[in-house]
Amino acid sequence: MTSQDYIQFALFVGMLWLITKPLGIYMAKVFDGTKTFLSPLLAPVEKLIYRILGVNPNEDQAWTRYSIHLLVFSAIGCAFTYAILRLQHHLPLNPAGMGVISPHLAFNTAMSFTTNTNWQSYSGESTMSYLSQMVGLTFHNFTSAAVGISVAVALIRGISRKEAKGIGNFWVDLIRCHLYVLLPLCIVYAVFLISQGMIQNFSSYVDVTTLEGAKQTIAQGPVASQVAIKMLGTNGGGFFNANAAHPYENPTPLSNFIQMLSIFSIGSALVYMLGRKVKNLKHGWAVWVTMTILFVGGVLIAAHYEYQGNPAYTQLGCSTPANMEGKETRFGIFNSSLFATVTTDASCGAVNSMHDSFTPMGGFVPLLNIMLSEIIFGGVGSGLYGMLSYILLTVFIAGLMVGRTPEYLGKKIEGREIKYVMFSMIIFALSILGFAAWGSMDPAGLAGLSNPVNHGFSKILYAYTSATGNNGSAFAGLNANTPFWNLTLAFAMYFGRFFMMIPMLAVAGSLAKKRIHPGGEGTFPVDGALFIALLMGVIIMVGALTFFPALALGPIAEHFEMLQGHFFK
Amino acid sequence: MNQSSIWNPALIQPAIRDAFKKLSPRVQIKNPVMFVVEIGSALTSISFVNDLIHGQGREALFSGQISLWLWFTVLFANFAEAMAEGRGKAQAENLKKARLETEAVLKNKDGSTKKVPSSQLRKGDVVVVIAGNIIPADGTVIDGVASVDESAITGESAPVIRESGGDRSAVTGGTMVLSDQIVVQITTNPGESFLDRMIAMVEGAVRQKTPNEIALNILLAGLTIVFLLATVTLKPFAMYANTQVSLAILVSLLVCLIPTTIGGLLSAIGIAGMDRLVQRNVLAMSGRAVEAAGDIDVLLLDKTGTITIGNRMATRFYPAQGFTEKEVAEVAAIASLSDLTPEGRSIVTLAEKMGVKAQLSPGAEIVPFTAETRMSGVNVGDVSIRKGALDSVKNWIKTTSKGTIPPEVDEAVQIIAKQGGTPLVVAKNGKAIGVIQLKDIVKPGIRDRFERIRAMGITTIMITGDNQLTATAIAAEAGVDDFLAEAKPEDKLRLIKNYQAEGRMVAMSGDGTNDAPALAQSDVGLVMNTGTQAAREAGNMIDLDSDPTKIIEIVEIGKQLLITRGSLTTFSIANDVAKYFAIIPAIFAATLPALGALNIMGLKSPQSAVLSAVIFNALIIIVLVPLALKGVEYRPQSASKILQRNVLVYGLGGVIVPFIGIKIIDVIINAVGLV
Repeated sequence: MTSQDYIQFALFVGMLWLITKPLGIYMAKVFDGTKTFLSPLLAPVEKLIYRILGVNPNEDQAWTRYSIHLLVFSAIGCAFTYAILRLQHHLPLNPAGMGVISPHLAFNTAMSFTTNTNWQSYSGESTMSYLSQMVGLTFHNFTSAAVGISVAVALIRGISRKEAKGIGNFWVDLIRCHLYVLLPLCIVYAVFLISQGMIQNFSSYVDVTTLEGAKQTIAQGPVASQVAIKMLGTNGGGFFNANAAHPYENPTPLSNFIQMLSIFSIGSALVYMLGRKVKNLKHGWAVWVTMTILFVGGVLIAAHYEYQGNPAYTQLGCSTPANMEGKETRFGIFNSSLFATVTTDASCGAVNSMHDSFTPMGGFVPLLNIMLSEIIFGGVGSGLYGMLSYILLTVFIAGLMVGRTPEYLGKKIEGREIKYVMFSMIIFALSILGFAAWGSMDPAGLAGLSNPVNHGFSKILYAYTSATGNNGSAFAGLNANTPFWNLTLAFAMYFGRFFMMIPMLAVAGSLAKKRIHPGGEGTFPVDGALFIALLMGVIIMVGALTFFPALALGPIAEHFEMLQGHFFK
Repeated sequence: MNQSSIWNPALIQPAIRDAFKKLSPRVQIKNPVMFVVEIGSALTSISFVNDLIHGQGREALFSGQISLWLWFTVLFANFAEAMAEGRGKAQAENLKKARLETEAVLKNKDGSTKKVPSSQLRKGDVVVVIAGNIIPADGTVIDGVASVDESAITGESAPVIRESGGDRSAVTGGTMVLSDQIVVQITTNPGESFLDRMIAMVEGAVRQKTPNEIALNILLAGLTIVFLLATVTLKPFAMYANTQVSLAILVSLLVCLIPTTIGGLLSAIGIAGMDRLVQRNVLAMSGRAVEAAGDIDVLLLDKTGTITIGNRMATRFYPAQGFTEKEVAEVAAIASLSDLTPEGRSIVTLAEKMGVKAQLSPGAEIVPFTAETRMSGVNVGDVSIRKGALDSVKNWIKTTSKGTIPPEVDEAVQIIAKQGGTPLVVAKNGKAIGVIQLKDIVKPGIRDRFERIRAMGITTIMITGDNQLTATAIAAEAGVDDFLAEAKPEDKLRLIKNYQAEGRMVAMSGDGTNDAPALAQSDVGLVMNTGTQAAREAGNMIDLDSDPTKIIEIVEIGKQLLITRGSLTTFSIANDVAKYFAIIPAIFAATLPALGALNIMGLKSPQSAVLSAVIFNALIIIVLVPLALKGVEYRPQSASKILQRNVLVYGLGGVIVPFIGIKIIDVIINAVGLV
């Protein structure tokens, strides 16, 4: 890494730190229902929406009711998108005349956007009409992000409340999240992106003659508005197939920097909000530091191996072994590695380079990030509740070592909580490993592969990991638009979303009911270096060890093969 | 009860036998981790037989050894549990001897008596027990007083007094009346007696898993499923990479990854924790109580008997003007000669220490203490001596000689009261001549103990009937964090409820019937064995030695139990890192030789690598049995210090140790030529 890279990296972490507290305080206020500077403007709108929807904002829901409402809401959204996609050729706003979408692709896509995954088995500019993109898909970019944030907020409530029955109101959380957090941020953000040269129009595609005299069709569309929420809501679904590598989707170095920052912003602010709500800011920062250390480590490893490249290149006479395959020269090695780490730390999935073309260890980092279930700032909401399940495990295992039955922030962690946490862990592992095993055995799965052996396996593993982790990025070279891939991936996304959310809501409900035991000298410390080290230890031991055999067969094997100079066709 | 060392041969032999008996799947299924190992052992045994039949000698040698060590893994875990149970069983045997069928003298309502076997006694029956007879069942003394030998239960040979009314009325079946005769109302039906429950408890027969143990079991079962997934899916992954993985290797990987160490030792740790209590003569009514003991935040301690030596003692004489200390001592001693209370005797003793020999001349008229005069003393001829509280003596002086209390006496009284003592004014012939200082004597070493407790983050609170002033002084001297003065039983109950409302866990010890509500309310209620039946029912632990300070040790035992559990869980999970590095490169040695770079231990061959990991995994259980039974060393310290130490030893140690262990085993088995 060059000194310029280090400066930019430090700037990135510094900026993230700066926005964390103010945004965290603001969000805490929003979800407490207290007054913010936007209240005079938005409170009447909020009331109107409650009246239209028939929501009683004062109703406090038990976790079961909260979950049912969340599931019904998501199911309706999913069905709506499926319908729009299947009918797009009959619907307006289709200047490019996009045709009918197959049932399995429509199902996969609807599930993908409902679950905040934004896995795309298609390329947007050649499949989706403007209506499909804006109404069918973009609305999910908002709602799925808001659903994720709501679950995290409800969980924070469960932890901080004392002997309470409810964990909040799903509709209130959902609507406040849209109204006070996502929409205002996105409006400002989209205007900024337009200022950087990002397009925002409803024009037909433009045919141009390039300098070389070739004919080229240049896709157009309302890009800036979609990119804003794609990043802020850690959705990651690109307007164009090239995603953030496309000049219209990522025009300048500044837009690149801000896009990466925006992926982390809400996830990071939620961590601060946790500390604030449980009245233990030190704990909030300890979690934040844990995430930051894992993040910095990931970036350093990825960038190191990308700079290192493939030793075979130098033998072929290249001036540098650095791995530029699949990267935009505008962004170079470091900004590609940084972007890849950020997008997989969070469950974003937007890319500005092709992860498939990374060196084995460079690609190992994004893969591992997702396998840890994206808890490094993470998907909006999902990152925090994923991290909280690791925290509960840490507190449970290590907490015993201080000679007390385990407790987290004064709440006893008992069989019930551990049951829910383990359930989600098992489903996560089952979905990734089970589907990957199926995909690597079934001829229908293998048919989609463009590379043999280890790297082919890495692609399969990455696909199901990405789907289960609701990330949405992919190793290119996997033709996933087949019934087998579309359906299995859709189910992986479904498991990875709702089988993580509902158990954590159950944890929230269970914790809300408990007494709060005041901490002291004798209780397990949830701040400080020791806690951070323990938490990282559990994340790596419990998270990574599950996938070690699979990783060994994929990127790790590839890495050593590469060092030994083996070639594959 | 005798303390048995860990490796007592008398215990080992039956434990080995039990280890084999416990191989029954019906027993194993209760422990999901070891059940998986047992299934794995069975599967590899089948593959061993298969290899033999097909004449594949090399493979058979390998799968045979793997299956042997897997069976050992299960056996070692069984052995650990059997050892822990064995120690309890030995103690139960001793107790059973006390549960002999005896003959009881049943007293009918009309006053007539008849002899019945003790097994026919029911709740509410009234029996008469005379000296030399065994008390037939648990009950309450309703008439009489007797000395009772309770050594069958407590192991303490000194007899104890049991009498009707008051706080020493409970008697236990199986104990023997040594003197006099008592009438006992039976309080339990056969099979439910204290002794029965005690036997069941130490035998582990009614041992139910505690809440934390259940939670930990869920975690371990969950991890087992996760690693099962990781191993099972490895088969298709390997087939994709054109590698055949044998069943023996897959099972080996699985067994090495799932938390067998803690899974195998978990129940032994729990049983041993209860056992440690029993060895200190404390009987917990449930394992839950032992766990709760580790969580205690607040300790309520009665002043008398726990913090101070029971009674106040004379420590100093303050003379009035014109008198010497010795003169006061002599007069005070004469006034106290007939006073047989411990306080009175301590005055005489103190005077003797000062070289004053007091003697009561014949014909002295003793004036006993009455609630009305609140004074005591003697009249010898025309000399009258009194001692008592300031107000009473003041009155006496006023009426007998119209005198007043000199200012220096008043001053002395003030000083003594401020220091937490009780002043007794001594007067002779209507004139105050000095003051006796009576003081509560704080038990030696109690201050250090409280400091240790504070280091654990526990608040100590002294409960006393004394007034505010006295309580303040003693609290400061003993070093407790807070005190409740002029406490009535309902105040105690309120205090406990208040703390619990704040989310704190409270422990207390008590013995009297008036303690029963507070004992029942507290999270850990330690009842003295000398206590009343009501108190014994209310608490959740009984101290057979009736030592209220033992509550401190109980807290330590509870903490130690939890620490041992947590440390071994951490150790067990941390072990996995090394095992991966041993087994994964071994599996793909033929097809993906590049993965050999992961073989950082430099294990000789793929087969020896797998075998070494399996052997290490089995042996570590047996190596850790003493630790599981004795418990991890516990020092009262703040949570972060304890954590730091244990993370270093069991977390970091858990990562490093298997690397070394597996390497050593690999060297040995290659040298011996096992593979």
